Amino acid sequence: MAEIISPMAGVVAEVKVKPGDTVEPGQELFIMESMKMMIPLEADKGGVVKEVKVNVGDFVNEGDVVIVLED
Amino acid sequence: MFSKVLIANRGEIACRVIRACKELGIKTVAVYSEADKEALHVKMADEAYLIGPPPAAQSYLNMDKIIEVAKNAGAEAIHPGYGFLAENSTFIRKVQEAGLVFIGPNPEAVEAMGSKIEARQTMQKAGVPVVPGTTEGISDLEEAKRIANEIGYPVMVKASAGGGGIGMQIAKNDAELEQAFKMCQMRAKAYFGDPTLYIEKYIEQPRHIEIQVLADKHGNVIHVNERECSIQRRHQKVIEESPSVVVTPELREKMGEAAKRAAEAINYDNAGTVEFLVDKDLNFYFLEMNTRIQVEHPVTEMTTGIDLVQWQIKIAAGEELTLKQEDVKINGHAIECRIYAEDPDKNFMPSPGTITKLVWPEYEWLRIDHGVYEGFTVTPFYDPMIAKMIAWGKDREEARLRMIEALKNTVIEGVKTNIPFHLEALQHPLFIEGKTYTSFISDMKK
Repeated sequence: MAEIISPMAGVVAEVKVKPGDTVEPGQELFIMESMKMMIPLEADKGGVVKEVKVNVGDFVNEGDVVIVLED
Repeated sequence: MFSKVLIANRGEIACRVIRACKELGIKTVAVYSEADKEALHVKMADEAYLIGPPPAAQSYLNMDKIIEVAKNAGAEAIHPGYGFLAENSTFIRKVQEAGLVFIGPNPEAVEAMGSKIEARQTMQKAGVPVVPGTTEGISDLEEAKRIANEIGYPVMVKASAGGGGIGMQIAKNDAELEQAFKMCQMRAKAYFGDPTLYIEKYIEQPRHIEIQVLADKHGNVIHVNERECSIQRRHQKVIEESPSVVVTPELREKMGEAAKRAAEAINYDNAGTVEFLVDKDLNFYFLEMNTRIQVEHPVTEMTTGIDLVQWQIKIAAGEELTLKQEDVKINGHAIECRIYAEDPDKNFMPSPGTITKLVWPEYEWLRIDHGVYEGFTVTPFYDPMIAKMIAWGKDREEARLRMIEALKNTVIEGVKTNIPFHLEALQHPLFIEGKTYTSFISDMKK
């Protein structure tokens, strides 16, 4: 299991995966909007998406878990 | 003169405008979003009103709400700062229809500069040089060659529908043009569904140099020297200075006259900035006009002693510009560093958070415009600029060394800032030699 955490406070602009998806290391998982910038966030390792904890438009804080991956 | 002004902005520029109002004996009204309840501009103003939730679209861009607050508070005028509603002609008209004064130019002038193509044509008619090239799309290679030879190589081939650098290529001769033309046509068709291309002169070693203008409602127009703002990342300026190392008194006069013609051509009536690209042979070309106060206005104020924000207010109130062109002098040199809450080690990634420690240095040659304090939380809702530090020196080298000293004596903890980047840039040989092209940040890394 791996938790993908948000590296900064911001608003979720786009979620690019759904539960059940297989993701590769380096694949873009979601896009955050913070300080007028769009920041794509990637998987640091591969796995299967178990849970997506956020919706587009949600405010997340630094350190919040956004996506849970299963090995 | 007005007795009360509403400032439709936040952060350092709202604080800057409040200061100018206080100096003119004008009462101030701040507006703020739920994210900015504790913001410095709210504390500094005589009155402050909540206008909506954090997202700008529901607060700082809510035209009707802002106008309603202004009327209820008894403000006679609205200063928009920069960004948000500063260059929105619909807002200007709404302000005027509500019987209030907009502290900025008339809406027609804003519209005249709002469309790039229209602005380019207006400038050409007014005798302001523009980047040579085609204004209408071309689809024929032979025609492309004829035009390229007319304006002179190197040229840039661009997709009409393009953006983000896709479908853009440089050509140095007929053979390269042939290749570039075919390639761009193919890409333009694939990406944008439109193969139309246009050609413009490729500007080598471009610098971004802009001219400040002041125009009143009585037909008086002056220019207030240049600012060099070539150091940019993501098309956002990071370090600005005045004067520019490459601008001679003769070039200043030529660019200044062109900027005045630009302002006159659109009946401009406030502070504004005409941006030019300057090439390695010091030819200059109109880029765009910013019909508002600029972030980097302090470098002009520090080297001329002219308070641009006070003049914005006085001009909007109908006062006549008492400064004449010959009153505008240059005293020394000023460098501005924009302090962004971002991490220079992580590709300038945003770094919102609470400022746990803040120590600003104090010198008589240093000006700091900011909107933060120790304990203040920088939220992710607005742009990352938290402060501007501006150092003055009798010449560029003194200003540079002082800026370094000031940055080294600044302590900001809790959020990451780009201060390490500034220190690296200011001590880089390219900066010291004045080789500040728009490619500076990538040149620095070579």
